[in-house]
Amino acid sequence: MANSPRTMEKSGFGATQRTDAWWLQPVATAAGLGAFVVYSTLRAFENNFYTVGPYLSPFYSPLIDIGMGISPALLILWAPAGFRTTCYYYRKAYYRAFFRDPAACAVGESNEHKYCGETKFPFILQNLHRFMFYVAVIFIFILWHDAYKAFFFEDGVGMGVGTIVMILNATFLSGYTFGCHSFRHLIGGKRDTFQDGNASHGCWMGASKLNAKHMNWAWLSLFWVGFTDFYVRSVASGLFSDFRIF
Amino acid sequence: MPDVTFRISTGSAEQNEEKTYRVPVAEGWVVLDAVHYIQAHEAPDLAVRWNCKAAKCGSCSAEVNGKPKLMCKTRLDDFADGEEIVVYPLKTFPRIKDLVTDVSWNYEVAKKIKPFTPAKDTKWSMDQRDMDRVQEFRKCIECFLCQDVCHVLRNHDKKPEFAGPRSFVRIANLEMHPLDTASRLDFLKNEGGLGYCNITKCCTEVCPEDIHITDNAIIPLKERLVDEYYDPIAKLFKVFSGK
Repeated sequence: MANSPRTMEKSGFGATQRTDAWWLQPVATAAGLGAFVVYSTLRAFENNFYTVGPYLSPFYSPLIDIGMGISPALLILWAPAGFRTTCYYYRKAYYRAFFRDPAACAVGESNEHKYCGETKFPFILQNLHRFMFYVAVIFIFILWHDAYKAFFFEDGVGMGVGTIVMILNATFLSGYTFGCHSFRHLIGGKRDTFQDGNASHGCWMGASKLNAKHMNWAWLSLFWVGFTDFYVRSVASGLFSDFRIF
Repeated sequence: MPDVTFRISTGSAEQNEEKTYRVPVAEGWVVLDAVHYIQAHEAPDLAVRWNCKAAKCGSCSAEVNGKPKLMCKTRLDDFADGEEIVVYPLKTFPRIKDLVTDVSWNYEVAKKIKPFTPAKDTKWSMDQRDMDRVQEFRKCIECFLCQDVCHVLRNHDKKPEFAGPRSFVRIANLEMHPLDTASRLDFLKNEGGLGYCNITKCCTEVCPEDIHITDNAIIPLKERLVDEYYDPIAKLFKVFSGK
């Protein structure tokens, strides 16, 4: 039997009829990204404990030491930061977590709030993502070179836990970088036909496979690049020693 | 199965209220079954749009417990025991009556999109790989759940300036078609307002056909806009290569 008329929906931030924990994902994202930003900023300004034996922290690679007390990290971190900031996945993550635009699907936003999307400065600069991708590819080569150098200890060729950590770092970052939406477009997605481009189609399919898990690669590589730095810092500062496998 | 409590929003855009019904549900029921039961036993004037009851016509779109869904694809056994089920019409479009909304704006936008334009001397032969890519977009059943959930339309009401995800899927289908010769990039940048999309992926989350709207339609279109308007290197390449 029909009864009890109720009022219609409310508006404003957080207004929703959703009954699930819609707030959990933006809170977790904000916590994860916030923790990484705080840690990486502290490490960038620390200007110490970034290299030990054959290992070099990815936060300081390539190592450009111009002295004057300026941390080498500050000279290079703009590149990976720019790549991730303009990344299509991270855009979703921080628009939801920090800008609450929207915090979650079918959830209200702030009432007084002028929305321009990515049509005006500064967000129109997101269109430059492909240029950050070009720079990121250079860094991938450098990080693989660092991983290669991590086999060469003072007493000869060997392998430590740090070597594995650095190889995984380069691997995860490669998976993230080559699953990039811009790369997927440039490598073949821009074509209207693959009729005369077998190689292009193969590359596009490969990038598409990585792209399907772009979020996973993004978080895995973010965590691991932080862990790699933490590992190098811990060994360099004497918190623990690197275990040599051979 | 125990009875389930349904709260259904009824009335017009100007005057509306929720009404509560207890429905004796049976195994395998979906929300649309319960709405039909209410229509048959309690409220014969309850307006609801439906057609196929097989998630293929896109008619029975509504908001179930705050989430845009097809009522015919929302199973009652997916809800917790004793959970109330709240059914509202799509909130982005004007309500006509009860659960029926006026979605005609979407068809007005569709009319503005340049139709498929093959070359005059087209040889009607296509590579399977090209068709595999655009086939995904042709699964769209025009339920407009993506339009409903898109915050640019829902929260910011940018209808005059923003065509919405359904339109972008349609455009992606045409732009990536191997035999199409027209360009819709100017429409996308200006009238279609693709730049308003901040790719928060709600359209993809609600799509009942599992179309990867953001990754496979919107972002590739954004990249094509970058080629055309924001990438000086691509511009130079075009000038020198003549492509």
